[in-house]
Amino acid sequence: MNNKVLMKGNEALAEAAIQAGCRYFFGYPITPQTELAAYMAKKMPKVNGVYLQAESEIAAANMVLGAAGTGVRAMTSSSSPGISLKSEAISYMAGCDIPALIVNVQRGGPGLGGIQPSQADYWQATKATGHGDFQILVFAPATVQEMIDLVGLAFDKGDEYRIPAMILADGMLGQMMEPVTIPEHTTQHLVEKSWACCGHQNKRKHNVLNSLFLTPSELEKLIIERYKRYDIIKEKEQRWEEYRLDDADIVLVAYGASARVSHTAVDIAREKGYKVGLLRPVTLWPYPTKAFTTLKETARAFISVEMSMGQMVDDVRLAVECKKPVHFVGRTGGKIPTPMEVVDKIVEVGGMD
Amino acid sequence: MEEKIVFSKPKALTDIPFHYCSGCTHGIIHRLVAEVIDELGCEGRTVGVSPVGCAVMNYDYFGCDMIEAAHGRAPAVATGIKRAKPENVVFTYQGDGDLAAIGTAETVHAATRGENITIIFVNNTIYGMTGGQMAPTSLPNQVTQTTPYGRDVNIAGYPVRICEMLSTLDGVALAQRTAVDCVKHVNETKKAIKKAFQNQIDKKGFSIVEVLSTCPTNWGMNPIQAVEWLQKNMIPYYPLGVYKDGVKGDRLKNE
Amino acid sequence: MSKDFNMLFAGFGGQGVLFAGKISAYAGLYDNKNITWLPSYGPEMRGGTANCSVCISDNPIGSPCVVSPDVFIALNLPSFEKFKNSVVSGGTMILDSTMISEKCDRTDIHIFYIPASQLATENGLDGLANIILLGKMFKETNFCTQQSLETALENCISKRKQHLLLPNKKALQIGMDF
Repeated sequence: MNNKVLMKGNEALAEAAIQAGCRYFFGYPITPQTELAAYMAKKMPKVNGVYLQAESEIAAANMVLGAAGTGVRAMTSSSSPGISLKSEAISYMAGCDIPALIVNVQRGGPGLGGIQPSQADYWQATKATGHGDFQILVFAPATVQEMIDLVGLAFDKGDEYRIPAMILADGMLGQMMEPVTIPEHTTQHLVEKSWACCGHQNKRKHNVLNSLFLTPSELEKLIIERYKRYDIIKEKEQRWEEYRLDDADIVLVAYGASARVSHTAVDIAREKGYKVGLLRPVTLWPYPTKAFTTLKETARAFISVEMSMGQMVDDVRLAVECKKPVHFVGRTGGKIPTPMEVVDKIVEVGGMD
Repeated sequence: MEEKIVFSKPKALTDIPFHYCSGCTHGIIHRLVAEVIDELGCEGRTVGVSPVGCAVMNYDYFGCDMIEAAHGRAPAVATGIKRAKPENVVFTYQGDGDLAAIGTAETVHAATRGENITIIFVNNTIYGMTGGQMAPTSLPNQVTQTTPYGRDVNIAGYPVRICEMLSTLDGVALAQRTAVDCVKHVNETKKAIKKAFQNQIDKKGFSIVEVLSTCPTNWGMNPIQAVEWLQKNMIPYYPLGVYKDGVKGDRLKNE
Repeated sequence: MSKDFNMLFAGFGGQGVLFAGKISAYAGLYDNKNITWLPSYGPEMRGGTANCSVCISDNPIGSPCVVSPDVFIALNLPSFEKFKNSVVSGGTMILDSTMISEKCDRTDIHIFYIPASQLATENGLDGLANIILLGKMFKETNFCTQQSLETALENCISKRKQHLLLPNKKALQIGMDF
């Protein structure tokens, strides 16, 4: 008998954060991320941590800014409408170079939308989590085990580059259970945070965490410096997974829940004789453009499979430098595409010359 | 003749000159906060939270560690700091627009949670930084850029009395309103600020000092007229005094 | 059994649909299989219909949404109507015939009518129709080993509710014997 346990994605995210040394969680109730906050409420007091239910998503995210500003690992979690509210604090954290973890268990939008799984916050996560010139790290797990593994990584990389990080999940991953192994104390390589505001103890000049720079040249210089860091991240931190791509002439590109659907679709289509494989971005920012280096020459066509109206299609086009056609198949509004819907698209694209 | 220093800058202020307008009383209030920090000897473990508004750049003026918050969010940011590092002394410094309009929820909930933090609330009945718009605390009939015919309470509603409102909450240890229009009141303000910091050190919970302040520039007055306007109009509407004191916030009763 | 085994449990919220699914998932886990368990969630859980997809496989599982179940357990009429045509040809459908008086007209699947709610009541096991149906499913499909199923049942009942273990075991047996 194996020693794995079954865990819901939401609970796995929470436990992984605790194992990664996060002791400060600030949240607000919203479906479908509820179990994450509930797990934290139960667990944090037992590990001398803080669970605090804030008066709003806005306040929760700003509490994270304050806590993380003192140098500790802090996080918040929400679902799509809540992330819009948190975008204020995320922008300020990016502008102050404060690392923290934000979890988005996506649901359908816009507006109140629905509560069923969705990937319609791709643009928000990768292009504009808030106002201003900035990026955040975006990790897209596709299994419950990966939700655990990426939480530790998100904290580590956030600290390393002084940048907020997001786990972009969805209602399906949050709600489903899979067997997992929880590694203990995943993160021990904590970086020195000399910038933290936790009292100078009369030993150093005061630290200031601030995003206000009224002199344009000063602000510009700072942003350009930050973008140099982004370039390093783009160079070093692209992550992806490949499935049956070796001889593929049709490449599905999908992350998270739709990658799972695509995985099944690849197997079905292969049985029908189609040379198809799956490229699964694990980091959505930085986008894994390197994964396309060979494929854009060898493959015949790409299909972006999403639970949105095709928000990732442009990134695939850019990654293949428009050398090959990029098609789209997907559902939105809380609908999950079936493997057969994806197979039908493969057949359609496969029949094209 | 022997020289004697009779007046000097508090240690907790940096050497950077204030940017405030002539006659603005932010300078006095900054100084009082710094004097209190000096007297309590807590600068090394203090973290301040800057607001959005005229005091937005006070992270440059206070010598302790400082975090700049988004508009109205200072109590939430302070909550995060204090929860992460309870050993730190944490204060926010906020104006009326910041604390009593866009940040009302953060203010009220930090108060009702009894967050063990200190809030310096500067009430000058106007948005100064943006050029003199109506604030939540603008008086009835007060002329501002956005109430050019005077604040019509039928349209814009009534001013918010923060100390009175917060004094009803169990988590509040101190809610006191003072002013900086005269020496007597300045001294009272300092005492109140010191108590608000001491309360935090004694783990008594949420302490707020509301300081009635002037804005000669946006009120369109000279500094003396502004002080007189404060005395004649603001103090009657916002009576000075202690609205709640000495009660230990529930959350901290066992500490 | 085949390499992939997909189950769908559906009924009213409160009938133990998710719980029956969870026991099946753990049983698969104890057989060292890959498994996924995916519930429906949201307002439909509050008195509406609830369903739960469970996949057991020798290989990594792609989509955890069971669109065409190998086995469908129906605990109420709306679920029966909604999913009866989704069962794969050659698959199995097990109905609580106390709750569902209709018959299924499909001839390409195995259909079992079991008055689970009535059996539960008769045996003083109110609320355990789900476990009776689970026992029947095990008997008809052998989707896991009996030992794993029993261990799963034991482990899915929390420490606080240990007094419910015996009734659950009894319910499972009733289903297996039916």
